[in-house]
Amino acid sequence: MADGGEAAQNNAANEQSPLVRFEAVTKRFGSVAAIESFSLDIAHGEFFALLGPSGCGKTTLLRMLAGFETPTEGRILLDREDIDAVQPHRRPVNMMFQSYALFPHLTVEGNIGFGLRQENATRAEISERVTEMLALVRLQGFGRRRIDQLSGGQRQRVALARSLIKRPRVLLLDEPLAALDKKLRAETQFELMELQRRLGTTFVIVTHDQEEAMIVADRIAVMNHGRLMQVATPSEIYERPNSRWVADFIGEVTIVEGRISASGAMDSALGRLRVAGTSGAKSGGTVWLALRPEKIGMSSERPAGELNKIPGTISEIGYRGDISIYKVRLADRSLMKVALANVGVRGNALFKAGDLVWLSWPPDAGVVLDS
Amino acid sequence: MRTQANRRNWGARLVVLVPYLWLLVFFLVPFVIVLKISLSQTALALPPYMPVFDFAAGWAGLMEFTAQLSADSFRLLSSDAIYLLSYLKSLQIAAISTILLLAIGYPIAYGMARAPRSWQPPLVMAVVLPFWTSFLIRIYAWINILQRDGLLNDVLTRLHAIDAPAAWLSSDTAIYIGIVYSYLPFMVLPLYAALEKMDETLLEAAADLGCPRWKTFWLVTLPLSLPGVAAGTLLCFIPIVGEFVIPDLLGGSETMMIGQTLWTEFFSNRDWPVASAIAVSLLGLLLAPILFYERLQQRSLEGSR
Repeated sequence: MADGGEAAQNNAANEQSPLVRFEAVTKRFGSVAAIESFSLDIAHGEFFALLGPSGCGKTTLLRMLAGFETPTEGRILLDREDIDAVQPHRRPVNMMFQSYALFPHLTVEGNIGFGLRQENATRAEISERVTEMLALVRLQGFGRRRIDQLSGGQRQRVALARSLIKRPRVLLLDEPLAALDKKLRAETQFELMELQRRLGTTFVIVTHDQEEAMIVADRIAVMNHGRLMQVATPSEIYERPNSRWVADFIGEVTIVEGRISASGAMDSALGRLRVAGTSGAKSGGTVWLALRPEKIGMSSERPAGELNKIPGTISEIGYRGDISIYKVRLADRSLMKVALANVGVRGNALFKAGDLVWLSWPPDAGVVLDS
Repeated sequence: MRTQANRRNWGARLVVLVPYLWLLVFFLVPFVIVLKISLSQTALALPPYMPVFDFAAGWAGLMEFTAQLSADSFRLLSSDAIYLLSYLKSLQIAAISTILLLAIGYPIAYGMARAPRSWQPPLVMAVVLPFWTSFLIRIYAWINILQRDGLLNDVLTRLHAIDAPAAWLSSDTAIYIGIVYSYLPFMVLPLYAALEKMDETLLEAAADLGCPRWKTFWLVTLPLSLPGVAAGTLLCFIPIVGEFVIPDLLGGSETMMIGQTLWTEFFSNRDWPVASAIAVSLLGLLLAPILFYERLQQRSLEGSR
C-alpha cells in the first residue's frame, strides 16, 4: 500500500512537472544568435504554438527539440532529463516536416510504417498499426499508392500519420498547414485539434500564421528575434498583450501614445482619455493605449454615457464581407481603425468615406502598455 | 489567321524533324552501309568487298545484288572461338571495370554532393578537368607511369612496398587502371546529379523516425540514387565493351578485346565484311543495355513531370 501511494505521488509529481523545459537556451550560428537565453515550459498534453515572424527562431527551437541542432548554451529537458546527448533517432519525439519529407521511393504504407520498422516490430504489428493510422487520417484504401499519386492534402495526412505511428511523447509540427489552400487549411486546423484531444499527445506547432495559432493552440509563445515576447492563452495574448510589439503582431490594433495623469487617466494627443488598469503605473511616464478595432463604437451622433468620445472623418473603408474595417482620420491627423460587423443586409451602406463620425469606447476597452 | 497558324505548326514540326534527320544521316545511313558490308564477300578489289551496288544496273541489277549477299561473315564469327573469346573478354573487362568505377565513383560523388554548396562547382570542375587534355596524351602518360622505370615503381620501391620493380604495363591490371581512370567522370557525374538533387530533409525525417545514419544510407540514400547508379553504369559499361585505345596501348598481346579484334580484321587482314560483322554483332550485344538505359531515361522524365 505504502509503495502504491508513493508511486501515485510520483505520478502526480510527473504530471505537474513540465514535459518539455527550455532552460536559458541560446543558439548561435557563427556570430548570429538565432535564440537568446530562451526559457519555456510545455506541459503534458498541451497543444502548444510557437508563433512569430519568419526568422524569429521558432523553427530552430523545434529542430533543437528534435535533435537536429544542439543548443550553444543552456539545456533542454524532456521529462526532467537533459536530452542534449541523445541522438535524434533515439529521441521519443517525432516531427512533421514543413515539406512533409515523404520518401518518394516508398508507398503510403511504406512511409507510414517506416518508424515502426526501425523498432524491429513484427510484420503483423506494423501492418495493424499502419491500418490504424490510415483510418486515423482517413486515408483507407490509399496504402499502396505512390507518393506522387497523392494530392497536397493527402500528402499532408500521410506525413501526419507517419509522425504519429510511434506514439511520440511530443509531436513537433513545423508549419504543417502552410502548403494547403485556405479552405483546406481551416478544415485541417479543426481536425488537428480533434486528433490532439483524442490522442492526448503533446503537440508543439510552429507557425507564422497568428490566426492558426490562436485557433489550434491551448497556449502560445510569441517570439521575435530569438526572444520570448509573451507566453499565454490565445485570448490573453489578444486581450492582454504585454507589449506594443505583441499587440501589433497579433491582430489589428491602434496604438495611442500618452502619459498617465495624477488622477489615473491618460493624457494624449487626442485629449484626456479614461483608461482602466493604471493603478500600478507611475504617473508621468510614457505609456501606450492599445485599442482593438472591434472594441470601438462608431456613430453619426455624439453618444451619451461614460465613454471616451472622439470625432473624426472616415478616410477609407475595407469591406471584408463579415466585417468592414474603417480607417478614421482624427483631429491630430492620426488614423484609428474601427471594425464593424455588417449585421444588416445593407450594413456597409451605413457609413461611407468622408462621413463625419463619433468614435467611442469604454475605459476598460483598451490595454495600457508601458513597453 | 489560319495560314499563319499553319505556318507556325509547320515550323514546330520542322524543329522536331531536325534530330530525326540528324540520326538518319549520321547513324542510320552509316549503319545500313556497315550492315551491307557485313553481308558481302571479301574481294581483292577497291573497295575490298563485293557485290558493289550499282544504281545504273536498274531492277535486274538490284536483284542480282541481293542474291549475292550472304551471312558467311557471321557464320565465321560463330565458328571461330577467337571472336567469341574476344567478346567474352570485353564483357568481362567491362563488367569488372564498371564495378570498380562504381566502388570508387560513389564515395566521390557522395562526398561532392554533401560538400558545402560553394565548394560544389569547383569540385565538379575538378572532375571534368581531365577532358581539357587529349585522351590519347593522358593514356601515354599512364604508359610513362606504369613502365618498369616509371613513377609507380619508383614510388613503391622508395616506400619499400616492393623489392624489385614490377611489370605493370602490358597486363590486364594496366587495362583496368587505364579504363577506371578514363571513365571515372562518366560514373561520378550522373551519380553526383542523382545525389545532389536529393532532399536532405529526407535524411532528417529518417533519423527522426528512429533510423541510425548508416541504415539511412541503405534505406533512403541508395534507393533514391539508383537512377544515377543505372545511368553511370550503362554510360561506362557500353563504351568500355567496345574500347580499343586503352587495351591497345596499356594491355598485353595475349588480351584481345573485341575492339582490337575488329581493328585487326579491318586494317591488318583487310577483311571488311568480317570487321563489319563484328561491329554489327557488338551493336546487337549492346542493344539490350542501351534499350534499358532509354527506358530509364523515359521513366525519369515522366517522374519529374
